[in-house]
Amino acid sequence: MTASPFILETRGLTKAFGGLVAVNAVSIGFKEREAHAIIGPNGAGKSTFVNLLTGHLPPSGGEVLFKGANIAGLAAHKVTRLGIGRSYQKTNIFPSFSCFENCRLAAQSRLASSMRFFKPARSYRAVSEQAEAALTAAGLAARSGRIAGAMSYGEQRQLEIAMVLATAPDVLVLDEPLAGMGKEESELMVALLKDLARRYTLILIEHDMDAVFAIAQVLSVMVNGTLLESGPLDQIRASKAVQDAYLGDGAEAY
Amino acid sequence: MTSHIPKRLAILLLVLLLVLASFPLWGKLVFAAKFTFLLQKVTGIMILALLAMSLDLLVGSAGLVSLGHAAFFGLGGYMLALASPQYDAASLWVALPAALAVTAAASLVVGFLSIRTSGIYFIMVTLAFGQMGYFFFNDSKLAGGSDGATIYVKPTVAAFGVTLIDLDSKLSFFYVVLGALVASYALLRMLLASPFGRVVSAIGVNESRVQGLGFNPMLYKLVAFTIAGTLAGLAGFLAATQYGYVNPAMLGWHQSGHVLVMVILGGMGTLFGPVLGAFILELAHHLFESLTDHWLLPMGAMIIAIVLLLPKGVAGLLIKWTTEKEDGP
Repeated sequence: MTASPFILETRGLTKAFGGLVAVNAVSIGFKEREAHAIIGPNGAGKSTFVNLLTGHLPPSGGEVLFKGANIAGLAAHKVTRLGIGRSYQKTNIFPSFSCFENCRLAAQSRLASSMRFFKPARSYRAVSEQAEAALTAAGLAARSGRIAGAMSYGEQRQLEIAMVLATAPDVLVLDEPLAGMGKEESELMVALLKDLARRYTLILIEHDMDAVFAIAQVLSVMVNGTLLESGPLDQIRASKAVQDAYLGDGAEAY
Repeated sequence: MTSHIPKRLAILLLVLLLVLASFPLWGKLVFAAKFTFLLQKVTGIMILALLAMSLDLLVGSAGLVSLGHAAFFGLGGYMLALASPQYDAASLWVALPAALAVTAAASLVVGFLSIRTSGIYFIMVTLAFGQMGYFFFNDSKLAGGSDGATIYVKPTVAAFGVTLIDLDSKLSFFYVVLGALVASYALLRMLLASPFGRVVSAIGVNESRVQGLGFNPMLYKLVAFTIAGTLAGLAGFLAATQYGYVNPAMLGWHQSGHVLVMVILGGMGTLFGPVLGAFILELAHHLFESLTDHWLLPMGAMIIAIVLLLPKGVAGLLIKWTTEKEDGP
């Protein structure tokens, strides 16, 4: 095992759906406690890349190294147990559960096993505390008892983040946390993400450039399944290739 | 569905339980000549209620709609028939654990092979396994084939040669079944409140997210399937004890569908709902049958009415009634 500067790293990561190569030999390194945004036009392969990182899809080739071990091809539930938590582009919660129950279930996944049949779930103090802490961190402490499906869209997006936090991850992979949000909700979420960026390794997929520039320190640009460029924020902003391919394109309606 | 039951509803259910438990007292006064028949009828309904409740763990909580659940019911019954010597009594201490162990093993195998599928495919696979069970007992010489098998002597419940419970007594058996029903309800309530139960309930709501959080849904579904199948086996064992007779129809899809209707009418995911569903369906059947030869017509109308008017079943209505009043701001 070589001493890698990265906590999470992909090497030549590839995913082909039949003839379509959605992710083509992408090698990106993510440093600990760094906020790293991945941007690119629709269809660039960002979401597929996230699915490969988190075990939601098996790669066709390449490696995913987490703390030096290759985790490519591991099932999603094993990847998240290692410490890579992810949120979803489309709100993916348990609408009939209360806000707290959503987070308690997430926190419960850190027990060695949930094959425990006799004591009620609410009697696991440490689990409940972890869930409460996640709700507070995501700004939902006051919503604890609300049925998740009855909350506003913005709050559901916050819950999405709270659930990931409740799994006590080392790396947060957030797939378009601002998707579909109004201006005010977005501002709240950006503040939350900036706060999280101080405490976690953050991998952020996002279309909202203002948010990306406010949160991220490192930027990777994907186009047509390949990694166009990766580097510090200012360097990417100044890059001619990136501007041609993406940033400077006035046709993007954001 | 959360695991919480509103206080008013808990009181209502307790009252209903007391009415049921005291049936041997008041039933004798009210029904007089028909009492013995009704005592057996109610005992039979409680057995079906136990079966429906076990199916609710799959349908209502885990989101697994099984159309082969009766296979484990029938298997539990057949195990008593096979464990009973022809003209002698089996010991409950031997026959019951054997029946539960065999149904648990069978549901583990069937579960293992079917939980990989979901939705309509799961329905089809469980239906197929159920029918395999039906034809196994229908076509084999193991226990009377299509004629079924008679259990001439009910199992004994004895310790050191002293009979503890006489299952021949219809009154004793009524309370044995009531005890099994209440104990199973308590068991399932405990399970649903446990970490295991929370995962199973979450699978019914959003399975992919459960996996995203770090649980292997297959494992939890398999354990739930096995628990439900074993409880169905217990119900089948009790049914075989009551009627002293088993036949292949116990395992068939008709029986599975019948129990599924009880779960849906009563209210999925509530555990007590399917019990109510069993009583409503069976008592309505009995009532309509005594009124007209064409009892299926009012029966069908009733089922349609309940499904249309109460999308969450009778239990959903009760929950609504009892929570609206105590709901604060």
